[in-house]
Amino acid sequence: MKPRLLPLGDAAILVQLGADVDPELNRRVHSLDRRLQARAIEGVIETVPAFASVLVHYDPVQVGYRQVAEWLDRELAQSDEAAARPRRRIEVPVRYGGDDGPDLEFVAEHHKISPRKVAEIHAGKDYLVYMMGFTPGFPYMGKLEETVATARLETPRTKVPSGSVGIAGAQTGIYPIESPGGWRLIGRTTLKLFDPASEQPFLFGPADSVRFIIEAVDA
Amino acid sequence: MLEVVEAGGLITIQDKGRVGWRRYGVPASGPMDEMAFIAANLLVGNAAEEAEVEIGGGDLRLQASSDCVIAASGAGYELSVNEWSFPLWGSYFVRRGWAISLQTAGAGMWAYLAIAGGFEATTALGSQSTYMRGHFGGVEGRVLQAGDTLKVKAASRELMEVAERMIAVERRPAYSESPTVEIIMGPQRDRFPSESIEALLSNPYRIAAVSDRMGYRLEGRELRHNGGADLTSEGMTPGAIQVPADGAPIVMMADCATTGGYPKIGCVIRADLPLLAQCRPGKDEVHFSETTVEAAQEKYAVAMRRVHTGLMTDDEATAMGAA
Repeated sequence: MKPRLLPLGDAAILVQLGADVDPELNRRVHSLDRRLQARAIEGVIETVPAFASVLVHYDPVQVGYRQVAEWLDRELAQSDEAAARPRRRIEVPVRYGGDDGPDLEFVAEHHKISPRKVAEIHAGKDYLVYMMGFTPGFPYMGKLEETVATARLETPRTKVPSGSVGIAGAQTGIYPIESPGGWRLIGRTTLKLFDPASEQPFLFGPADSVRFIIEAVDA
Repeated sequence: MLEVVEAGGLITIQDKGRVGWRRYGVPASGPMDEMAFIAANLLVGNAAEEAEVEIGGGDLRLQASSDCVIAASGAGYELSVNEWSFPLWGSYFVRRGWAISLQTAGAGMWAYLAIAGGFEATTALGSQSTYMRGHFGGVEGRVLQAGDTLKVKAASRELMEVAERMIAVERRPAYSESPTVEIIMGPQRDRFPSESIEALLSNPYRIAAVSDRMGYRLEGRELRHNGGADLTSEGMTPGAIQVPADGAPIVMMADCATTGGYPKIGCVIRADLPLLAQCRPGKDEVHFSETTVEAAQEKYAVAMRRVHTGLMTDDEATAMGAA
């Protein structure tokens, strides 16, 4: 798909690289995003990478739509390959099942495997952090194996405890703070993903890798 | 210092907003009515971005524990200092021990209280803006409560220099009980049939009671989609109009999530967002009208010049290029 530039109001421009959730496409998003961050023109405030797009926030008093669009066109015309930089890889220990993972049994039954097997498959590979959103520090990660991928809840819970690890389709995520939530909860981590008082408030960010580690399985 | 005697509704400390963390899912927060917010700071001689108290959905009563100068702006509130009534959009000297109160009155939703020097609450991720869902910023990441103490930084100018100033009506936003609010179409304009675009641009909408700092739900003609209402999540900004499957549009506001997965039919322009923000649920009516990005940015530049020159004489303002 040819990249598209679309205004989102008069203080942001959406750069769409595609329409789907796909690790390869997402890596290109992060490659572009890093280049935009490094070469931002005056008036550009920040960029927000998502699954298949980057949203560029700018101050319309400092820089006009046309200037930002022309700058983005120039950046898009550059090579796709950004200098390879090591991403962070974070390990997240999880207690699966029981009160920590009230939906683990459902996922297991749905796939006709044991809850322990679900945990092993879930913790069996590194996941790419596609993007963050919904609440501070909530990571959208993938790609989950088909053997455990499960649709989200029909009716979201009004309260999901902080640290809960969830599944929605082929994605997995972690709720850093208590919030409502519709993902299937299979476990919980005590690791603090987000601390607003810290010098480094976030343990990891978009484009990093996450590996879940089985601390225990209560099933 | 100001002591909170009584605080109802949705009253929080907000500064200009929290930038630099949106990629981590941290909304910008900041004021619902950007123009009123800036004006209040300028009235007391502060820089435009200093922390203020944003007042909404209830009354606020404070007591000054030292002499100070305050200003109030916005709409839908009445100000009194030491039990004397004063109009909004003015700055006033407050003697130690006097009460300051803002009570809901008339059309409007949000008022701003600035103090010479600026408030000094908790900074989180580079900003004092309160983000309630994350429980950080401002006063412990929550609404103000009776018993809270609001610290104030030292004023950079002599108090008497900034007291007793007003911003004339013609230099304030053109608030209305039935405003026309301009939008820029898209980015998912093509996900809606022409009847939906027509409907949005020719029917009045009211604000639903459930609306808050995250978003204003609109009541009026429903907007059908061409296909489904799912979208691969993309970045979001206040003003964006998302339309979920039920067809009821939601306008994103200051605390909205940084990304979203519903089609966006359009986005309210920066210059007009204050007009929408001040609409009362169930009472006021909004009409949407389409404009271009270039025209929107020109309108915003004019509006910003107007608020930044609000305290100048007409001649001074004209010389600066303000209308």
